[in-house]
Amino acid sequence: MKILFTTKGMDWNAMMDPRFGRADFLLIYDEEKDVFKYLDNRDIEKEAHGAGPKTAQKIFDLGADVIITGNGPGGNASAVLEKAGVEIFVGAGNMNVKEAYQAYENKTLEKF
Amino acid sequence: MKIAIASGKGGTGKTTLSVNLAALLSENHKVVLTDLDVEEPNSGLFLHGNLVQKEIMYKHIPEWEESTCTLCGECQKNCNFHAIIQLGQQIMVFPELCHSCYACSELCPTFSLPMIRQRMGELKYRKVKEIDFVESHLDIGQEQAVPLIAQTLGYVEEHFGHDEIRIYDAPPGTSCPVIEASKGADYIILVTEPTPFGFHDLKLAVETMLEMQKKFGVVINRHGIGDDKEIRDYCKNNKIPIIATIPNKREIARLYSGGELIYDKLEDVRAAFEKIRDHVLRIGKGGRS
Repeated sequence: MKILFTTKGMDWNAMMDPRFGRADFLLIYDEEKDVFKYLDNRDIEKEAHGAGPKTAQKIFDLGADVIITGNGPGGNASAVLEKAGVEIFVGAGNMNVKEAYQAYENKTLEKF
Repeated sequence: MKIAIASGKGGTGKTTLSVNLAALLSENHKVVLTDLDVEEPNSGLFLHGNLVQKEIMYKHIPEWEESTCTLCGECQKNCNFHAIIQLGQQIMVFPELCHSCYACSELCPTFSLPMIRQRMGELKYRKVKEIDFVESHLDIGQEQAVPLIAQTLGYVEEHFGHDEIRIYDAPPGTSCPVIEASKGADYIILVTEPTPFGFHDLKLAVETMLEMQKKFGVVINRHGIGDDKEIRDYCKNNKIPIIATIPNKREIARLYSGGELIYDKLEDVRAAFEKIRDHVLRIGKGGRS
């Protein structure tokens, strides 16, 4: 499984970013290969409109199976992710990435 | 002569000023009043007249033609609003994000994004005594006010002569709808009120007008409800004319809430509106503000 986190930083100890479309970083963890990658999403700040679908599309291109985030995507982004068949878990906005992953493993995160 | 009435803060009296100024001007001039606050037009609450014309207003949104699309991805690269997203083998269009700019459609190498018309609202043209009154109303659920504002201005351009004084009742705020409503105007009247919010948003509105390089002046409404010293100092320091002040009076509120005009019922109010009228006419003749 490839698991994507919306984060404020670039490693396991980084805080989660509760925002979806305007998240600072997209961190992707490949469980099988046990590798970590990140994508700097901060250029989204320049966009007045459509941050949600744009970020959703980046996530699709990254090939994520699961998204772990805080508040959850809005309507447009949800439509993209639903088409892409990505599972979304919310409520991890105040955790760091490690805690968010554990919460996901323990199935304590809410499914969007 | 095109005059836009804007404010920054909502509820300072744009509509009050628009309808009363239009009515006063119409005593001696031909006037077209256009309500461009298409998300909640309310000039019509004060103007009762015969419907001359009603038009359904449309915008155009691309629709994906799957059979001819080669999935080259040009469309999503060309869309500045992320209203088109390529998702693997699929193209998704988000109509609420689309600004109807046609870029995706016209730059598509295989013409796979034809523009399809979609209803966005309604325009009404009424004749109210001597005033030609045009208002547009955005449909519920539509998110883009700008296309409707632009088309409403186009309607006015097409249907009325340039000898008429045009008054645009602009939307509140300082974002795209206000820009669209005021960018073609020769002069902008910024309505404010002597409250901290009124002053704060006036400054934002002034910055917007400076950015657009517009000529503008200020009307202080609800004069007496708070201390107007800050506004006066600010206008003085920035060489912004204060055209007139409209007093804060219970009687005005009473008339307003009954959907009545105020310029012809109270002497001091009429005097204020005459000042505004004279100012506007002087500018129309090329005089200094």
